[in-house]
Amino acid sequence: MSSTPKNPPPLRRLAPVLEPGHTYASVTDKISAIVLTRPAGIAWFLGISLGFGLVMILGMALAYLIAKGTGIWGINIPVGWGFAIVNFVWWIGIGHAGTLISAILLLLNQKWRTSINRFAEAMTLFAVACAGIFPLIHTGRPWYAFWMFPYPSAMGIWPQFRSPLIWDVFAVSTYGTVSLLFWFVGLLPDLATLRDRSKSRAGQMIYGILAMGWRGSARHWHRYQSAYLLLAGLATPLVVSVHTVVSFDFAVAIVPGWHTTIFPPYFVAGAIYSGFAMVLTIAIPLRKFYGLEDFITMRHLENMAKVMLATGLVVAYGYMMEFFMGFYGGNKYDTFLAWNRLHGPYAPFYWSLILCNIVIPQLLWFHRIRTNVVVLFLLSLVVNVGMWLERFVIVVLSLHRDYMPSAWGRYSPTVWDWATYAGTIGLFVTLIFLFVRALPVISIAEMRELVAHTSEEKP
Amino acid sequence: MSEQRSNLHGVLAEFATTEQLLAAAAKTREAGYTCLDAYAPFPVEGLADALGLRRPLVPLLTLLGGVLGGCAGFGLQYWASVINYPVNVGGRPLNSWPAFIPVTFELTILGASLFAVFGMLALNKLPQPHHAIFNVPRFALASHDRFFLCIEAGDPKFDRVRTAQFLESLQAYAVSEVLDE
Repeated sequence: MSSTPKNPPPLRRLAPVLEPGHTYASVTDKISAIVLTRPAGIAWFLGISLGFGLVMILGMALAYLIAKGTGIWGINIPVGWGFAIVNFVWWIGIGHAGTLISAILLLLNQKWRTSINRFAEAMTLFAVACAGIFPLIHTGRPWYAFWMFPYPSAMGIWPQFRSPLIWDVFAVSTYGTVSLLFWFVGLLPDLATLRDRSKSRAGQMIYGILAMGWRGSARHWHRYQSAYLLLAGLATPLVVSVHTVVSFDFAVAIVPGWHTTIFPPYFVAGAIYSGFAMVLTIAIPLRKFYGLEDFITMRHLENMAKVMLATGLVVAYGYMMEFFMGFYGGNKYDTFLAWNRLHGPYAPFYWSLILCNIVIPQLLWFHRIRTNVVVLFLLSLVVNVGMWLERFVIVVLSLHRDYMPSAWGRYSPTVWDWATYAGTIGLFVTLIFLFVRALPVISIAEMRELVAHTSEEKP
Repeated sequence: MSEQRSNLHGVLAEFATTEQLLAAAAKTREAGYTCLDAYAPFPVEGLADALGLRRPLVPLLTLLGGVLGGCAGFGLQYWASVINYPVNVGGRPLNSWPAFIPVTFELTILGASLFAVFGMLALNKLPQPHHAIFNVPRFALASHDRFFLCIEAGDPKFDRVRTAQFLESLQAYAVSEVLDE
């Protein structure tokens, strides 16, 4: 090959998915050490204290709610769906990125998913746990929540199966269950690793019970791979269906701004957008504090930034079409809604939403922004806020001025609304902190597979 | 002698790389051994073929679970809305099947997923806390960075001495007996 030029033209090299020089043993040691040998450290205690303090506030807010009823919140007629539904949709949307990373990217054979799928799946589970609280307490009498499930009751009646709210019960509970199964199946070989490497009797017992006697037999791996791939295939349509059903909660109702066919795809794109923002919000500090830069490389951060950019543009298209249909459709209530968003009493929320979700994320077009960890972290926070504002705009702006001006009203959250919301953030933070210390944040078995593949690729 | 034989689960060979394991598995099958298993810290590509494993039953079980879940989902709604508690709302059809699709879909996925996971565990006979192979001290490395091949005592060609010699001839890093106590 004498014709090959000595210095090929300088292409921008992609960062590797895994920094070179790692072996099966080194990835195992490095990831399991976070759980088994590394001391927790002062930062961990500070973080979990903050999170747990907020959980206490959540407990207080829920206890007061159960004692007094939903009157402690800002909801009333006409805005009966306040923070509870805003936060429900926000949390469930965040969860979607975890399933997308673990299932869809697995089916698409994207190797870069390997080091982020475990904690993204954990994030999904914790986000679904936070989301599940809201519809439950929004019913007003959460102790009757089991009425939403079809069971042969003494009253002799059944849930209304033609209602999107009951579809939601099935969608979210299936989503939670399948996410847990997927996560647990992925954890199984890693639990066996922790069982074998744990020095303490308690660790050996606990991880031993959870690992269920996994011994890495080729027969087991054979069935395991088959089941894991099938789960990925099942989770892919599931994740799309969940936010579609959530959007039906709105789209089936005859309320201006809600009754649109663009809602399902636009909700799914928004969910992935906010979910990737949350994955970045977690990944950036995680790799920094636990020295995981070799595993969660710039390639991962940049790819996630690109997914955010793409889904953000889909969301922007959704906003644009809402406006287009508001004026083109000729329905005066829809036209008024569009005007009300831009100029009504909640206009600052709408403009902040446009700023957070559309304007600022355009910075992600630049390579220098995507590879600047600090800016990327700040951007992910901006998108998290923007997506929360989007749900606020959808819920509150459509309800507060629907048809007859005599039935219009205003909504403002009370301190208990904020306490509940902050409390679920605390619950999420606490669960993430506990997860980081108790289970491997990166799939060890899949990292070994990655080591095997990358060593094959070497010339 | 016979008591010792019944205690013996098999002979275990340790390898450092996947290539060695794959080559050893192929040679062991060529030599006529049929009752063997391999152990690895991650799914090794080609190992199932090298050991001559059949296609797993998991996909069939998953299909079964999906069909059962879907039928149960639709059946539940049909039975509740048409048979058990029919409510006539302005003459609209009782079997309003398009409205029943979301729940049917979710329960199809749920059934298939549950069957996939619990089917996989059941076929693998897990949970199984005790297994003879855990008695080998170095076997802890099977979840770390080492690969193992075990020829089990149930094999018709199995001979305590000759099988161990055979495994040593495959450039195994170490060969040890697996005793079931």
